[in-house]
Amino acid sequence: MNQNLQRFGYLALLALLLAAPLVAYPVLVMKVLCYALFACAFNLLLGYTGLLSFGHAAFFGTAAYVAGFVLRDWGWPTELGLLAGTLAAAALGWVFGSLAIRRQGIYFAMVTLALAQMMYFFFIQAPFTGGEDGLQGVPRGTLLGVVDLNDDLKLYYVVLAICVAAFWLIHRTIHSPFGQILKAIRENEPRAISLGYDVAKYKLLAFVLSAALAGLAGATKTLILNFAALTDAHWHASGEVVLMTLVGGMGTVLGPVVGATVIVVLENELADKVGSLVTVIMGAIFVVCVLLFRRGIVGEFMALRRRWSGSTDQ
Amino acid sequence: MTEIFGVPLPALMGQLMLGLVNGSFYAILSLGLAVIFGMLNIINFAHGALYMMGAFFAWMGLTYFGIGYWWALLLVPLAVGVVGVAIERSMLRWLYQLDHLYGLLLTFGLALIIEGLFRDQYGASGLPYEIPEQLTGAFNLGFMFLPKYRAWVIAASLTVCFATWFLIEKTRLGAYLRAATENPRLTQAFGINVPLMVMLTYGFGVALAGFAGVLAAPAFQVNPLMGSHLIIVVFAVVVIGGMGSILGSILTGLALGVIEGLTKVFYPEVSATVVFIIMVAVLMIRPRGLFGKEK
Repeated sequence: MNQNLQRFGYLALLALLLAAPLVAYPVLVMKVLCYALFACAFNLLLGYTGLLSFGHAAFFGTAAYVAGFVLRDWGWPTELGLLAGTLAAAALGWVFGSLAIRRQGIYFAMVTLALAQMMYFFFIQAPFTGGEDGLQGVPRGTLLGVVDLNDDLKLYYVVLAICVAAFWLIHRTIHSPFGQILKAIRENEPRAISLGYDVAKYKLLAFVLSAALAGLAGATKTLILNFAALTDAHWHASGEVVLMTLVGGMGTVLGPVVGATVIVVLENELADKVGSLVTVIMGAIFVVCVLLFRRGIVGEFMALRRRWSGSTDQ
Repeated sequence: MTEIFGVPLPALMGQLMLGLVNGSFYAILSLGLAVIFGMLNIINFAHGALYMMGAFFAWMGLTYFGIGYWWALLLVPLAVGVVGVAIERSMLRWLYQLDHLYGLLLTFGLALIIEGLFRDQYGASGLPYEIPEQLTGAFNLGFMFLPKYRAWVIAASLTVCFATWFLIEKTRLGAYLRAATENPRLTQAFGINVPLMVMLTYGFGVALAGFAGVLAAPAFQVNPLMGSHLIIVVFAVVVIGGMGSILGSILTGLALGVIEGLTKVFYPEVSATVVFIIMVAVLMIRPRGLFGKEK
């Protein structure tokens, strides 16, 4: 019953997304999809492994820059550009991951934040990033030499396919034996160690997977908006993805998608109206979520449903 | 002119002093973080924003009420401390039973709010704050000119750092504090008001940040974004030093400031990232930090 309901939910969501560009501006929906993927990748780490990375913008930004650079300056085909961005993020994830897992809890968050800030300074100084201007005018190209991606609608369905595939991968990961071990580490690390699991190896693998998917999101973002900029790698972006996951519900499959939708749409609506107060509003949402609303939208909904079904059983 | 490794001595000493100034700020901020973490088990992400708030309070005091530098040095830490107490009473105390991560997330949200409000009011460009007239000018040391204000910043922050060390390690109040850090329930059973101490500890920790902000106002410009970059570097400092020891925090902060200053002379390209590079090295060689006791 529950399984069927879940399947029905996914199909309804997919139908909604297939029809979305008919009613909404495709670029905005694509942006939502991108950040949803970013947040899902992040949630794999925070929600399912219990590791709070405060530096995920480094992977998003690195992939955005690498993809933008090979597409624009080297004229690589689109699919290779996306692949290059994703692989660059995965490689960086391996380096950062192997450093950060040497510390735990709160230190883990600080280490990832500091490492990401190091990348940010690297991007300011590196010659290929265009400094403050960013990498402008990245061409979208054609997919496999057939589909012209300069058409927003065509690009939309390509982005949707990428995100659905990545989401499926995350879903499979969470429900695989590997995902179970990650959850065991989250719940009780010493016990996972005493059961004979090489915890460091699993954490690192989860970190690399999360970084690679965050990179895929970043590379796709470059494709959609035609540019990569310093804001992609700024610590604000790292904070934003934490906020999306928190608002939607960490440790739930759909939470980050819901959270990303809420935050991206909200920012889009507020940008013209309140200007620089957007940061204040985001901060206020953070505070409210942590104090009153720790399960997030999806988490609260599920808790409500559990309580409701529990009371009808009696 | 005397040269060391091809660098003129006055230039070298100048960067060394600037490094010590930055190091004093690292020391005083990482000390505040360590004190708060010890008692509340919370990493105070808002520390940078409260440091910025201290600098702004000093500027506002001077601009709107004519409160001079010396009074600001006394009053601003109190005001920031009161803000801290309000934050602790209204929000942080609900999080003590939860995972440490929530404290980090909450204070991150607070940092965004504080920074955003000041940015909205005063824009992102800096506001000038005059050096008080007693501290303008420089000492002539023969081989270099030492600006009086820089010497003052180093002296004042070191004094405050060591006073804090003395307070925590050598006084009765400090003994209560350390007892409450080790075992809050038992300490409470001995009739010590632990929640009150927790509240005052947070207030004191952020007052240190406010004090650093006042010291920073004439040294740098008063800018809404001055705290957010600094706090990330201070996090790296805390990772390098570990939060187990107060003297360790002070030493690590100063040493890293000096190293950063020297990097500006010998290899300026990495001066912005050298602290992070050292953090990477420490993580590889001694993961728990130089003075760390991993919990």
